Amino acid sequence: MLKIEDLHVSIKGREILKGVNLTVNAGEVHAIMGPNGTGKSTLASVIAGKEGYEVTGGSILYNGRNLLDLSIEDRAREGVFIGFQYPVEISGVSIANFMRTALNEIRQYRGLDPLNGAQFLRLMNEKQKVVELTDKLSNRSVNEGFSGGEKKRNEIFQMAMLEPKLAILDETDSGLDIDALRIVANGVNQLKTKENATIVITHYQRLLDYIVPDVVHVLFDGRIVKSGPKELALELEKRGYDWIKEEYEHGKLS
Amino acid sequence: MKANIPFIQQMQNYRIQAQPDPFRPVEEYFQCQVSNMGSVMLPMLNGWYVHEGESLTRYPNGVIAGSLKAAIEQCPDLVGPVQNPMNEGVVDEMVASNTSQFTDGIFLYIPDEVLVEKPFQIVSLINSREDLLVQNRNIIRVGRNAQVSLIQCDDSTRYGKTLINVVTEIQLAEGAQLHYYKTENKEAESLLFHHLYVNQQAHTLFHSHAITFNAGFVGNDIHINLNEPFAEANLYGLYLVDKNQRCDNRITVAHHAADCKSRQLYKGIMDDEAEASFLGHVVVKPDAQRTVALQTNRNILLTDKAKINTKPFLEIYADDVQCSHGATVGQLDDEALFYLRSRGIGERSARKLLMFAFANEVVQFVEIQGLRDRLGDMVQRRLNGELTICDQCLLHNAEHRDMIFPIDPEKIK
Repeated sequence: MLKIEDLHVSIKGREILKGVNLTVNAGEVHAIMGPNGTGKSTLASVIAGKEGYEVTGGSILYNGRNLLDLSIEDRAREGVFIGFQYPVEISGVSIANFMRTALNEIRQYRGLDPLNGAQFLRLMNEKQKVVELTDKLSNRSVNEGFSGGEKKRNEIFQMAMLEPKLAILDETDSGLDIDALRIVANGVNQLKTKENATIVITHYQRLLDYIVPDVVHVLFDGRIVKSGPKELALELEKRGYDWIKEEYEHGKLS
Repeated sequence: MKANIPFIQQMQNYRIQAQPDPFRPVEEYFQCQVSNMGSVMLPMLNGWYVHEGESLTRYPNGVIAGSLKAAIEQCPDLVGPVQNPMNEGVVDEMVASNTSQFTDGIFLYIPDEVLVEKPFQIVSLINSREDLLVQNRNIIRVGRNAQVSLIQCDDSTRYGKTLINVVTEIQLAEGAQLHYYKTENKEAESLLFHHLYVNQQAHTLFHSHAITFNAGFVGNDIHINLNEPFAEANLYGLYLVDKNQRCDNRITVAHHAADCKSRQLYKGIMDDEAEASFLGHVVVKPDAQRTVALQTNRNILLTDKAKINTKPFLEIYADDVQCSHGATVGQLDDEALFYLRSRGIGERSARKLLMFAFANEVVQFVEIQGLRDRLGDMVQRRLNGELTICDQCLLHNAEHRDMIFPIDPEKIK
């Protein structure tokens, strides 16, 4: 589904990603871990198409297509979803209006008829349950006045609405208390199918107690320096990142 | 319209209609079907109150509504003297002209302790083949602890040009509440001046919306006097102008007494060569301790030639006050734009959504749900370049389909 090869990315001339390789197949859950400032969020931003990130080398193939050729909206319409670390507050745009516009533009892109009001409301009610959002969500402005936990639940709610093929969750666990964490993780797990894939970017192992990854990668100094089974996350939790650093420095020298 | 000649001098180029048109039921030429609102209509045509014999209606609960001219004859004590409404003998020539020459207007009287459920709706229509000068005076008196909502629609003309110069005076007795909504949808050749004077006693609430969808040349002056403690005034405004339209909002809020609150939130979008101004003046007098006065003016300019003059202005003579003011002129938020696009929304739609959100923030403070929905819908269509005249008005359905002023969202950088 996703094939990243030797990806180099700079911000304002400073190289952040220095040759990332990553392959994700349908049905898989990958976790990307690593210390702060090693390029985890940069990777998510580049996949989303955010401005200000210069790809200086390598490629991102998504279902065989060059993802970097697609506009921001077309990436989403092709089924890529980013759960943002800091979701933006948009005063005056209701969640219902936002989601209905998004869903119908995606449907139009795929040659489907738009959902009518009743169909849309039914879908929204159903998907709200995924993240246990029960209050009158639909009339609230996007993320405005939301707590940290509500913002993240709203991200997963949007993911549920848009049913992406590839979801990348960037630090979705940051700022969550244990209940919110459980709700968000349950939401993600409910949305998992054999056809879609999830990449969870996280700093801590905590989230991976709930969302069990097939593969764990460690991103360090702009590269994926180590990959392994889910037990790798536990080891990182126990031993920290210093040993990775040492291993990496050592490997680099030899 | 010649902006370099004082408007007072331009008045001589217009004709005044000296008496009302022969009566025709208002439903024949005007119908407002804003849903869920169920308002009581107070129609004005070419400067005169429209009625079939009953120029002033007296309701069982003591409410009186109708022609000001009739009220001055029938109940002069309730109306009070009609004189210069300005503070401390200040004279504005347009207001002075109105005071000496107004033809008619609306008188609305709400007795003490009466809560009026249905909003009143003043609809000012011009339907004349001549270039008319209309000078109306409206007097609204809300008694102690009484509550009422008032909607005032100034809609466009069918033929000819008009110069409309209206003064509305509002008196709120202790504990009274008035929600006041004014919409303006004027075509390019029209001049509209509205001067609003509000006097608030203790524990009163005045809530005002001024929404300008289209403006030939619109000038909205608001003067608020918070005369006694614990009075509160919330003033909201929205102006959406393009082509050569111009909209000026001038607001003065005078805090004369302690413990009063005022809030101003005005927003505007200017396209093409349109021009707007916001002049918000808050005066906090020496006795007005513990005043809270907040003022915000935000603008989006779509072209290099569009223009906004904004001047938030605080004049504070008391020391224990909480005042803030801010003005911004800018473009749409890139972060928000990215967020919307990342969910599959095309750039053009995303810009439209954000423009709507920008404008709709003001509409969200409208407390009558039917009106809020309707205004939100009108803002949406105004920004889409679709219908701009309230299409529920039969007046406009008849012959004014072609009047559109699209704002092109692609121009927003």
